[in-house]
This record gives sequence, structure tokens and C-alpha cells, in this order.
Amino acid sequence: MDTAAVEVVDLVKRYGTTTAVTGLTFSARRGAVTALLGPNGAGKTSTIEVCEGFRRADGGRVRVLGLDPVADAAALKPRVGVMPQSGGVPTGARAAEWLRLMASFHARPIDPRLLLERLGLTSVAATPFRRLSGGQQQRLSLACAVVGRPELVFLDEPTAGLDPQARMATWDLVTALRGAGVAVILTTHHMDEAERLADHVVVIDHGAVAAEGTPAELTGGRREVCFSTDADVDAARLEAALPRGGRVGSRDTADGRREYTVTTEDPDALDPEFLAAITAWCASSGVLAEDLRVRRRTLEDVFLQLTGRELRDQ
Amino acid sequence: MTEHTFTASAGAAAAPATGGDDVSLFAPAPGAAPMWRMVASQAGMELRVMLRHGEQFLLTMVIPVLLLVGFSLTSVLDVGEGPRVDALTPGVLALAVMSTSFTGLAIGTGFERRYGVLKRLGATPLSRFGLLAAKTLAVLGVQAIQAVVLCTVALALGWSPSPTPGSVLAAVALVLLATAAFSSLALLMAGTLRAEATLAGANLVYVLMLGLGGVLFPTSGFPGPLEQAASVLPVTALSSGLRAVLTEGSPPSPGAFAVLAVWALVGGLLASRLFRWD
Repeated sequence: MDTAAVEVVDLVKRYGTTTAVTGLTFSARRGAVTALLGPNGAGKTSTIEVCEGFRRADGGRVRVLGLDPVADAAALKPRVGVMPQSGGVPTGARAAEWLRLMASFHARPIDPRLLLERLGLTSVAATPFRRLSGGQQQRLSLACAVVGRPELVFLDEPTAGLDPQARMATWDLVTALRGAGVAVILTTHHMDEAERLADHVVVIDHGAVAAEGTPAELTGGRREVCFSTDADVDAARLEAALPRGGRVGSRDTADGRREYTVTTEDPDALDPEFLAAITAWCASSGVLAEDLRVRRRTLEDVFLQLTGRELRDQ
Repeated sequence: MTEHTFTASAGAAAAPATGGDDVSLFAPAPGAAPMWRMVASQAGMELRVMLRHGEQFLLTMVIPVLLLVGFSLTSVLDVGEGPRVDALTPGVLALAVMSTSFTGLAIGTGFERRYGVLKRLGATPLSRFGLLAAKTLAVLGVQAIQAVVLCTVALALGWSPSPTPGSVLAAVALVLLATAAFSSLALLMAGTLRAEATLAGANLVYVLMLGLGGVLFPTSGFPGPLEQAASVLPVTALSSGLRAVLTEGSPPSPGAFAVLAVWALVGGLLASRLFRWD
């Protein structure tokens, strides 16, 4: 039982001449939430579909609960729950009817009524799938993935298109699964979702792992000082004025100003004195620092730093 | 109710004090249900979805009944010798079999493939064999309903078949063999073409077979080459076989069985090779 829930080593997946996954390696523990985080087209769904046994790998090694997802598919299916990105239900099937069908495939399923209630679907139990809202379809699909009491669930973009309340219900369910010892692997391009839910985050870009670790490890628990201004800032002079060193980065903002970000090598170096040194330099240089703040680094910042691109703008 | 559920859920996430229930609720306890139960549930679902589908109901029930009633009571169509309903019923039964096991199955399966239903079912403990068994049972279930409805209507219109145990057995055997042939052709179409192409193609075949397949009148009135071409169509084999058994009280020709068997074999082989699940 101490094998990893999922182990992926040097996975390669090609579609014709396009290589979607280029040597991807990660592992996911049992009883933990692992998030595959990356922009659309990064290779998240390809990776998860290879793990689900839907697609064959073109290279590398994949083990799910210690088994081969294609060769051992029959043994794995009762043990693994799957939530596809969309669809998967006949348009004419009613919500509760379809969930009961999924439950009937399993030996000891969760009572479908409990799941419907928990996911806020009781009022649409008799509604055909095609008349459910996108969010309701997503939640029904999530219910179908967990109804058979699996050891491991794959959730592909479980909160895409959900309103905040439905998103909360989904997060709550994922947290409950984890608490009950279920391994959860989810894909997302929302960094707040990964930060909030995941024990382990695998940042994927261009089909390979860009970074991985706990959210705290990835962000390094670091802070940074940000401000924006339309005055000219000489970054080298500002850096020279910092008491124990630091780096100044900048980027253009949408409203035509520049935003400056001051970071330190040593997390402890960013102290009140450091902030005072920045404002003192601004005062002596005639720079009015607008929106000045000290903030914690997010996974979004990490992603931007790793790839030079923003997650949401993909 | 919905609001209350969400509030309670959000609270539970913030304070895991209520986690004990969740642990027992979600604790892994995987396992597949017995095969027969999976197949029975899936067959029930397929049957309900088929019967609920408006356009399919039109093809499988409304049109056959209308054809039977309309052409029995009016003389706009030359259906051959003898009482009109006697001549029409076997062909309409054949059309009904084709509408379910070919047209309905092809369109339904094509859209299931398009909407990722087949792929999703592939991730459940229900095996592909189980899914095919369930679809077969659902098709046979709809056909049983069609047979009861159409025979009742025909009897009400004065249909006077001469059933013997042997002829009933022969009719059932013909229908089963035809169902195998139509179903394998339906799956071949649904598993290789886009859903829209399957929809258009299956409906076109339905209309063509209605005219050419000896459904409403025997193909013996066709010009020679056309009659020969029509005689190798599965729906012609079924309608002529049923006509021989039900109307003429004679055994169906071995040719009818042979035509259906060849279609079933070829369709089945091609479908099992070429069917794409996603």
C-alpha cells in the first residue's frame, strides 16, 4: 500500500507531428491532493488521459496504483474515478438517473441522494443533462467520479466555469475526499485553486514540469515590495540603496505606467527597515510610489517567473 | 434547500469538526458490481433514453403505425394481392426492426461517441462487451414493444396471420438475425463517421429502404436488375422472409437467412475492426 497513487516518469505524448508532453515526470501520493497547474495547452489533459488509460503513452513509464493503465485497465477501473473536462453523459439522461447508473456499476457505492444533496443538485435530480447549467453538469460529473468510493480520482478542470458557491462545494468535496484517504489528482489553471487545495503542485508548461513542490515551497513563503509609478526609476540606483541587497524588476502595466517589484535573496532581509529604505530612496529621487505594498508571492508570480508568461492570459 | 446545502458545505470546509461523517462516507471501498447487474442497469438506461427520444420515437413507433393504418385503410398504394393489411404487416414489422436496430442505434451511438459518453463509460467497470450486451438488450426490448403495438394495430385492422409454432419460431429467428445484421452496420457507421454524418446517413438509409426494400410492396414488381439488387438488402430479406412466414404460411427461403447472415458477419467484422470509441 505504500506505492505512489500515480507515478509518471519521462512521459511523452504526441499527436501527429505535435508533441504535447515532452518527458514529464512527477508522482502523486495516496491520501493527498496533487494539482497539475499550467495554462491551457500545457499538456495537463494529455497527461491525465494517459494515466486514465484513455490514451497510450508514446514514451516513458506510467504506473497508477502500481499498475499499468492500459494493460491492467480492468483491474484499475473499479478503483479509479474519472471526471472528464466536459460531457460524458447522454444528453437525454436525467441527473439522478445517470448517477444511480454509475453507482450500480460498483459494489459499495455512496448513496446517490447524499451526493446530489451535497453538490446542490437535488432540485435538478429529474432534469435531463442537456438542460443542466454548465456548472450543474460539472458537479454531476464530479459526483459520478466519486460515487463508486474510489481510491484515486482524476478531476480534469473540476471548477472550470463554476460560480463561486459551486466552486466552494467542489473544493469542500475535494477536501473531504483527501480527509478520507482518497488520492486526488486535478488539473487547473487557477493558481488560487492549487494554493487552496493541493498538497503538492506540479507546474506544467510546454509539456514538461517547470517546477513542483508544496504551495509554500514553490512560493518560498517569500514577500516582495511592489509599487507603480509614471516617473523614471533607475533600477540600479535603487538596488544600490537597499540595505542588504535586493533585485528590482519591472513590467509595463495596462494603464501605461511601470510596475516595479523589489525582491530579496534572503527572505529575512525584507524587514521594516528595507521598506523604509525604498521609500527614502523614492523621496530623494522624486518618485511618487503608487499602490505601494508588501505582498506574499503567489503561484501566479512563480509561474510568471518560470515561464515569462501569465497563467490566465493563455 | 440548495442555499442551505452550500452554506453548510462551506462551513464544513472551514472547520473540519464534521469530518468524521465524511471519512466514513468517502473512505475508499472500491469494487465492481456483478456483471449481470451492470448490464441490466445499462440496458434499462439505454431503453429509457431510446423511448424518451422524440425523433427516435417518430421513426420507431409513429411512422410504422401510420404506414400500417394509412395504407391499410386507403388504396393509394398497390400492395399486391389479398387483404391489404395482410400484405402490409410483415413489411412494416421489418421496417420497425430496422428503425430500431439500425437507424436508432446508429444515431444514438454516434452522438454518445461525440459527447464522450462511450469514452466515459470506458472508464467504468462496465466492459465493452457489457456495453454491447446492454445495447442489444435495449434494442430487443424496443423491438418487443414495437411488435406488440404493431401486431395489435394490425389485428384491429383485420390482419389474419396463420401462426404455427414453426412459423413464429422462424419469424423470431429472422428478426434476431436481422437485428444482428442491422446493429453491426449501425455500429460500423456510428463508430467511424462524425455524428452529423451518421445522423444524415442513417435517416437517408431509412428512407431509401422504405422505398426499395420491399417494405410496403413486394419487390417482385420491380424491373429485373433492380429486383435482384434489392433482394440482397437486409431489409428486403427480412420483409420477404416475414411475408412468407406470416402471410403465405410458408417457410422463409434459405436465401433470406443467408443474406442476413452475410450482412451480420461482414458488418460485425468491420465494426469490430474499425469502431472508434472517441
